[in-house]
Amino acid sequence: MIKKQRRPLEEINSSSMADIAFLLLVFFLVTTTISMDKGISLVLPSEGNELEVNRKNIVNILMNESGKVLIDDKPTKVNAIRGIVERKLSGNPNLIFSVQTHPRTKYQNYLQILDQLKEAKATKISIANPPAF
Amino acid sequence: MLLIFFMVTTVMREYEGLDIIMPRAKMIEKLESKRHTSYVWATKDGLVSVDDRIININNLSGIMYSKIAKDPKITVSLKSDEKTTMKLITDIHSQLRTANALKLSYSALTKAP
Repeated sequence: MIKKQRRPLEEINSSSMADIAFLLLVFFLVTTTISMDKGISLVLPSEGNELEVNRKNIVNILMNESGKVLIDDKPTKVNAIRGIVERKLSGNPNLIFSVQTHPRTKYQNYLQILDQLKEAKATKISIANPPAF
Repeated sequence: MLLIFFMVTTVMREYEGLDIIMPRAKMIEKLESKRHTSYVWATKDGLVSVDDRIININNLSGIMYSKIAKDPKITVSLKSDEKTTMKLITDIHSQLRTANALKLSYSALTKAP
């Protein structure tokens, strides 16, 4: 009679499971990108909806291609827009700020103006089309 | 638990868009929902891309029009290079207005203090 060999029950060594799980955890932690969709929001006016506005209620903000700003024909620094706008708004809360740029103005400079207007809590912002050259 | 959470939430980037340097701003707001957002990329060389395809600027309103028809709540997130000229931005504005896609968000990074 052949003697049956009794082997001890083999088990998979599971002590490394924790390591693997931990490694995976770190991998997903690193690769996860919490979506960073942030920006300055604005609602465009619908087409053919141009309104006639009283000239008194409009503040023109002009910007040339090198990023120099004129507010109502007065040269201004970009960082000073906020203060000026706040002062104007406290006098007349219905003011509309019309931002007009040169076609070659840099987007960054334009966003800075919008940023300053938003900081001053200006809600009525109008984007004027740049003049055609 | 944590492992499963991160495994589920990780989204491998589907597409990266064009090569741009995002402008910086202070007063930025979060977009309402990613599902109702459509991205428009604009580079400083005047290239415009929607959904991973470079398009002619004049076709933008048509593309946006069909997007609006599918989902009226859509917000356009404009991802533009900081050196893009305003001419292109204004062109995009007028195309979006033609397509009646009026909710716009200028994508920007937080300004370093």
